[in-house]
Amino acid sequence: MSQALQAPRVGTRQEPAAAGPGLRDVLHAEWTKLRSAPGALWLLLAAIGLTVALSAAAAAAARCPAAGCGQDPARISLTGVYLGQAVVAVVAVLVVSGEYSTGMIRTTLAAMPRRLTVLGAKAVVVTGLVLPAGTIAVLGSLLAGRLILPGHGFTAVHGFGALSLGDGPVLRATVGSVLYLALIALLSLGIATVVRDSAPAIGLVLGLLYLFPIVAALVTDKNVQRHLLQAAPMTAGLDIQATTGLHNLPLSPWAGLGVLAAWTAGALLAGGLLLRLRDA
Amino acid sequence: MTAGTATPNRPETRPGHGSEPAGRDSFGHVLWAEWTKFRTVRGWVIGMVVAGLLTVLVGYLSAAGSQTGCGAGPCHFYVPVGPGGEAVTDSFYFVHRPLAGNGSITVRMTSLTGKLPSASGGRVQAGHGAQSSLHPGLEPWSKAGIIIKASTRQGSAYAAVLASGDNGVRMQYDYTGDIAGPPGRPSAASPRWLRLTRSGDTIAGYESADGTHWIRIGTATLAGLPATVQAGLFATSPAHSVTTSKGLAGSSATGGPTLATGVFDHLGLRGAWPAGGWRGDVIGGGGPSNPYPVQGGGYHQSGGAFTVTGSGDIAPDMDWGAGPGRSIQFALVGTFFGLIAVVVVGAMYITAEYRRGLIRTTLAASPRRGRILAAKAIVIAAAAFVAGLVAAIVAIPLATRISRDNGNYIYPVNALTEVRLVAGTAAVLAVAAVLAMAVGAALRRSAIAVTFVIVVIVLPYLIAVTNLLPLSGDQWLLRLAPVAGFSIQQAIPNYPQVSNVCSPAGGCYPLPPWAGFVVLCAWAAAALALAVVLLRRRDA
Repeated sequence: MSQALQAPRVGTRQEPAAAGPGLRDVLHAEWTKLRSAPGALWLLLAAIGLTVALSAAAAAAARCPAAGCGQDPARISLTGVYLGQAVVAVVAVLVVSGEYSTGMIRTTLAAMPRRLTVLGAKAVVVTGLVLPAGTIAVLGSLLAGRLILPGHGFTAVHGFGALSLGDGPVLRATVGSVLYLALIALLSLGIATVVRDSAPAIGLVLGLLYLFPIVAALVTDKNVQRHLLQAAPMTAGLDIQATTGLHNLPLSPWAGLGVLAAWTAGALLAGGLLLRLRDA
Repeated sequence: MTAGTATPNRPETRPGHGSEPAGRDSFGHVLWAEWTKFRTVRGWVIGMVVAGLLTVLVGYLSAAGSQTGCGAGPCHFYVPVGPGGEAVTDSFYFVHRPLAGNGSITVRMTSLTGKLPSASGGRVQAGHGAQSSLHPGLEPWSKAGIIIKASTRQGSAYAAVLASGDNGVRMQYDYTGDIAGPPGRPSAASPRWLRLTRSGDTIAGYESADGTHWIRIGTATLAGLPATVQAGLFATSPAHSVTTSKGLAGSSATGGPTLATGVFDHLGLRGAWPAGGWRGDVIGGGGPSNPYPVQGGGYHQSGGAFTVTGSGDIAPDMDWGAGPGRSIQFALVGTFFGLIAVVVVGAMYITAEYRRGLIRTTLAASPRRGRILAAKAIVIAAAAFVAGLVAAIVAIPLATRISRDNGNYIYPVNALTEVRLVAGTAAVLAVAAVLAMAVGAALRRSAIAVTFVIVVIVLPYLIAVTNLLPLSGDQWLLRLAPVAGFSIQQAIPNYPQVSNVCSPAGGCYPLPPWAGFVVLCAWAAAALALAVVLLRRRDA
C-alpha cells in the first residue's frame, strides 16, 4: 500500500516503549481541535435555538378543542428535534470531513497511528458536546410546551396535566430525545467517515433521515408503510417521544431507539473499517 | 494558489486570450469555462446521473409498494370522465323528462335541507353507512336545483342552476365550471326562483327573488349538445369527512354519506317538451372519492310541489389520498431524492473552488464577479434540468403502469398537464440547484449550504405530509418555504366547488402550480443576489 498507510506504522515501531499517544492524549487532541475551530460552538448554539424555536412554533400552532383530541403534548413540544438534528448532524460531519478537506487528517493519523482510537475519540468528544447541548435544547422545548400548550386547550379539563419530568412517559420522551440527538450525531460521524466529503455526507445523512418518512406517508399499502416506519432511523428513533397512544406506534419507544442505535452502530462500523483499510 | 494539483478543471479557453484580447472576458467564454469545470469533475456528473436514477427508482418502488387491497383481488372502479377529459363524480337524484330542442325550465325553490352523519356517532366505516345516526344539517356543497343534461349517462355534459348549503345560488356546468350567483339559502320566507334557457348549444342560467325580476348568472356553451336532452330537478350531497391526524402514521378520515332535499313548486316549462310525465332516477354510484354506498334518494309530487332527495356529487373527482385513486404526480415522489443529490452537486460546484483555491484563478481570469455566478447558475441549472427531464419522462409512464397493475385507479390528465409535470420536475431541480449554488457561494461551506437547502425544502414537506402541525400550519409552510415550487407537480387542480380537504399527503398544494414555482424562484433569486453582493465585497 502507499506511504500514507505505512508511515504511521513505521513511527510506532520507533518508540515501542511509549506505544504512541494514550487515549487521554487522543481525546485531548480531538477536544482541542473541536474547541479551537469556531464553527462547532456556533452550530451547537444554532441547534439549541432552532430546536426550541420550532418546538415553540409547533406548540403555538397546536389546538386541542375537546377532550379526547388524540394529541400528544410531549411529542408536540419536542417537534423541534426534527430541525435540531440537522444541525447536530452538520457538527458531527464536519468533525471528520473538515479534517479531510484541509488535509489535517494526515497529520492526525501520523500523530495517532491507531485509527480506530482516533474515531473513538472523535465519537466521545462529539457525544460529550451533543449531550449537554441536546439536553438544553430538549429541556427548553419542553419548557416552551409547558408554557404555551395550556393556553391552546391542553388543560386538565381535556385530560392533560402540565408537562412534568416527574411523569414517567414524559421523562422517557425527554431523556430519549437527548439520546436520539447523540445517536444522530454518531450516525453522522460514521457516515462522514465513510464518505469523507462533507457535502455528500450531510446529503446522505439528511436523505436517510428525512426521505424515509416522506415515502412512508405517500405509500398506500399499510403493511409497507408500517415496515418503512419501523426501519427508518428517524421515525423509529422518534417513537421514543411518544407518551400517548403507544399501541398505535409501529415500534415500542425503546425498541424504536434501538433501531436507530443499530443504524448508528452499522455506520460507525463501516466508517471504522474503511478508516483502517483506506489511505487517508 | 496551487490550482494545479487536484483540480483537473482549469478553463481551457484562458490561454487563448492573449491572441484575442477583444473576446477574453465575454460571457460566452466565462460560460464555456464554467461548463468545462463542471463536465471534467467526474463526481459532479455522477451526482447528476444519480439524481436522475434516484428519481426514477424511488418512483418505481413507491408505486410497487402501493397495492390497493379490495378483498382478494385488485379493485375495479368505474370512474366517469367529463367532457374536459377529467375524472368526475356524477351521482345525484334526477327528476327528468326529455327536451327536444330549445326551451326553458323555471321553478320556485322554497327549501333546502339535509342530513349529516352524527358527529358523536363515531367513525363510519366505508361500506357501512349508518343511516340511523343521521341528524339534520347540510354540507357546504350540498345542492339542489334544475339541470339540463345531454343524457342520463354519467359524465355527460350539463348545465345547472342550483342552491347550495353554504355557497349561495350558483350556475355550474360541465363539472369544472362554477359561477357564483346571489348568496343565501332558499326558505319559505325567501324563496328562490331558478331558470335555465336552452338555445342550441348555449344554456343561460337565471335567478330571481320574486319570479318577475330576473338576473342572469351566466351562460355555458356545451359543445355538441344533442337535440334531445334530459332536463328537470335534481338533488345531491357529497360525503361528510373529518380528517384526524395520527402523526407519522398519517391521518384517518371518518365520515359518511349525506342527503340533501329540495322543495320546488311553480314549475314552468316552455319550448319543445314532448308529452309525457316526470321520471325519477338515481344517477351514478360510489367512486374512488366516495367510498360510501349511494343513499339513493327519491322524489315526491303532490299537486304542483316536488320534493327531491339525493346523495352524491356532481363535480370533478379528486380525493387527495382519501380513496384508492392515485394522481400521476406520485410517480414523481422520487424528485425529493434526486433533489438532495442535485443540491449536493450544486453546493459543491462553488464551494470546491474555495476549498481548492481555484476561485482566485477564476476571479483573476474573469474579474467581473457577477458574471461568474451567472455562468455557474446557468451551467448547474442546465445540468439539473436535463437530469430531471430525463428522469420524469421515464418515471411517469413506468410508475403509473406499475401502480395501475397494482389495482390503483389513476386519475386521467390531459397531455398539457403531463408536459407541465415533466418540465416542472426538471425546472424544480434546476432552480433548487441554483439555490444551493447561491447559498454555497454566500456561506462558502458546502455542508451548511446543503443542510440549509434541504431544511427549507425537504423538511417543510416532511412536516406537511406527516401532519406534525395542524393543516393551516402545513399550508402556510407550503406557501412560504421554497418547497412551494413542488406545486408545479400537482396533477389534479384544486377546485373550490369540491369540499374535500386539500391534504398535502394526498398531493394537494395550497398555491396554484405556477405561483408555487415563482416562490421557489424568488428564494433562488434572493440567494443569488446575496451571493453576488457578497462575492463582490469579500476577498476570495
